[in-house]
Amino acid sequence: MAKVLIVAEHDGSKLNPATAKCVACASQIAGAEISIAVFAANPTPVAAQAAALQGVVQVHTVAHPLHAQPMAATIAPQLAELAAGHSHVFGPSTTFGKDLMPRVAALLGAPQISDVMAAESATRFKRPIYAGNAIITVEIPADRQVVATVRVASYQPVAAQAASASIVAVNPAASVPTHTRFVSVTAARSDRPDLQTASKVVSGGRALGSAENFQILYSLADRLGAAVGASRAAVDAGYAANDMQVGQTGKIIAPELYLAFGISGAIQHLTGIKDARTIVAINKDAEAPIFEVADIGLVGDLFQIVPEIEKLIAQSN
Amino acid sequence: MKRILVSIKRVVDYNVRIRVKPDGSGVITDGVKMSINPFDEIALEEALRIKEKGLAEEVVAVSIGPADCQQQLRTALAMGADRAIHVQTDAIIEPLTAAQVLKALADREQPILAILGKQAIDDDCSQTGQMLAALWQRPQATFASKVEVDGDKARVTREVDAGLETLEVDLPAVITTDLRLNEPRYVKLPDIMKAKKKPLDSIEPASLGVTPTEVVKAVHFEPPASRSKGSMVKDAQELVAALRSKGLV
Repeated sequence: MAKVLIVAEHDGSKLNPATAKCVACASQIAGAEISIAVFAANPTPVAAQAAALQGVVQVHTVAHPLHAQPMAATIAPQLAELAAGHSHVFGPSTTFGKDLMPRVAALLGAPQISDVMAAESATRFKRPIYAGNAIITVEIPADRQVVATVRVASYQPVAAQAASASIVAVNPAASVPTHTRFVSVTAARSDRPDLQTASKVVSGGRALGSAENFQILYSLADRLGAAVGASRAAVDAGYAANDMQVGQTGKIIAPELYLAFGISGAIQHLTGIKDARTIVAINKDAEAPIFEVADIGLVGDLFQIVPEIEKLIAQSN
Repeated sequence: MKRILVSIKRVVDYNVRIRVKPDGSGVITDGVKMSINPFDEIALEEALRIKEKGLAEEVVAVSIGPADCQQQLRTALAMGADRAIHVQTDAIIEPLTAAQVLKALADREQPILAILGKQAIDDDCSQTGQMLAALWQRPQATFASKVEVDGDKARVTREVDAGLETLEVDLPAVITTDLRLNEPRYVKLPDIMKAKKKPLDSIEPASLGVTPTEVVKAVHFEPPASRSKGSMVKDAQELVAALRSKGLV
């Protein structure tokens, strides 16, 4: 029987929704017994949230001062130890999971399946390759332990429920290395929703022309309650922060509504948005490839259209 | 000698539009342009810059794969790598195997840094660097956008979901490169001529004690579900009306 161990992603107090999406992926494996591992300085608040997730039978907590800042080098040896007896070890395909899981896989001598978009059985998985231009189905031997990262845009988080899984504090023997030290993190703190999980995203490309011009998108985003994203071209040009990049090498997102302004639609960008429910493209160039995937397209000058949209929405509210 | 190891993967060029074979047995790679994985080019550029600052003395480029990989290694030598190692095999190389090969080479070459691309743009796995760090029992700083080598330490800024994270790692360490770490140099013709005289060793995985094994079997390839083309609207008013009818604004 499949026993799946999922590593929780969190900020010390709140469980990241990516974890509930990993549970959704694990739940695709028939009869899987799902548990979650929480590494933190004080795992109690996060463990309670993890224990409430539907389908989770057990939560393992590992408390250590060095886990205040999640780092692959410090978590991996302990996670690999906890993984004993589990057939599957899952983490989210976020920068946290992408950093950590291969280190765990190598310690276990296990193969890793990256960006799982469907678990067809305990041994068969689908994942995107070539920037999502092909989907590969892979099979691993039934007797092999496997590590995977879960493509969060492919899953809806499982619900929380009243009944709680058991929470067990564990103390792995594996020592925590000190060769890797956290120095700082600078987050562009904003009141806007998180790009990765926002239901609406307003996104801009090179056509915006400057960081100042991005203001019109922030303004529209605030009107809509949306997050703001950007194409690689806009980030490379310095118009937007790197954590706003959407695409193959940036964030893969699946909002209800994606509004693309002045984004031509390179395949690497389209990879990041193909799971969006509704894609709206506004571009001067009627031949822009983004119109091939847009549900609604509008050819025109974004500097005129953005304020108009904002005004129209303001009027109706 | 202060050495930097850089891995170079031969992949289908960034600009090639990939198509799945009609029988689902793979993607069409016959006759398509092949290049150095773009993230590996960034890795090599970073290694060269560290050397040019006098913080390293030798840059060694490594590629694992069939004979054709030597083309990409020659390009790496033309960019400025001092020598190249080709680990020649026609076997399918999974990330864990690649990491085992690089670990064996790290033991042999004793580098202060191993710099790898954060992912290859063909399989998009994003695993090898982290796996190498685990096998080598050394620090890893993935998705780097800034690297500062200082004595026996390095300070690396990483592009993470939340923003920018800075780690301090003891050397030797593994670094994987993100897009904005640097802009790789262009190769000039005289450099291509010079590169022909630089050493390129070809060895077999067995000589490093590694036997490539295929654990993850490819069963089937298919094109992604395509989105149907939507409708065009003529102005902002129609656009907002359309969004409203869908309940999106």
